[in-house]
Amino acid sequence: MTLTKAELADLLFERVGLNKREAKDMAESFFEEIRLQLEKGESVKLSGFGNFQLRDKPQRPGRNPKTGEEIPITARRVVTFHPSQKLKSMVEKTYHGKPQG
Amino acid sequence: MTRSDLIAKLAERYPQLLAKDAELAVKVILDTMASTLAQGGRIEIRGFGSFALNYRPPRVGRNPKSGDKVNVPAKYVPHFKAGKELRERVDNPAS
Repeated sequence: MTLTKAELADLLFERVGLNKREAKDMAESFFEEIRLQLEKGESVKLSGFGNFQLRDKPQRPGRNPKTGEEIPITARRVVTFHPSQKLKSMVEKTYHGKPQG
Repeated sequence: MTRSDLIAKLAERYPQLLAKDAELAVKVILDTMASTLAQGGRIEIRGFGSFALNYRPPRVGRNPKSGDKVNVPAKYVPHFKAGKELRERVDNPAS
């Protein structure tokens, strides 16, 4: 089961009553607004779901795994996601102690 | 940016919609994403990223106060991996 923008657009059509075009645009804009904030260097806090934060990572030594050659991994800014307590407990409840799969 | 800021920005983008439609849209999207993960599913948003579950095996933990051993059962935790477009835009906002 994989959720994509197409399924989200269908749900916005069915449950919010947007027309097909608006539903598709809204599903796209939802993620675009989050990207725009992160691009500006600002974190995004979605209560009940989780927080997207930015982390500045310094340069560190790396290696080409094929050749063994040492190449520095350049300094970069990355996005991290921290699920809310609510999301963590929803996931944990359903999957408590069940074998991997 | 908070959830209510996001609702306000979407409402601005779509002036033909009612403000409560933007609010409901955000609720439907986030509730669906959360329940998909809670049911063991994945989320894949091209250009944004993917959400999946990571397995955490059972372990013996310690109560930091008393030092007693505590069995921590196996569990799954949500994990996000940023997509290519998001990675590039965040690391290099000028381009």
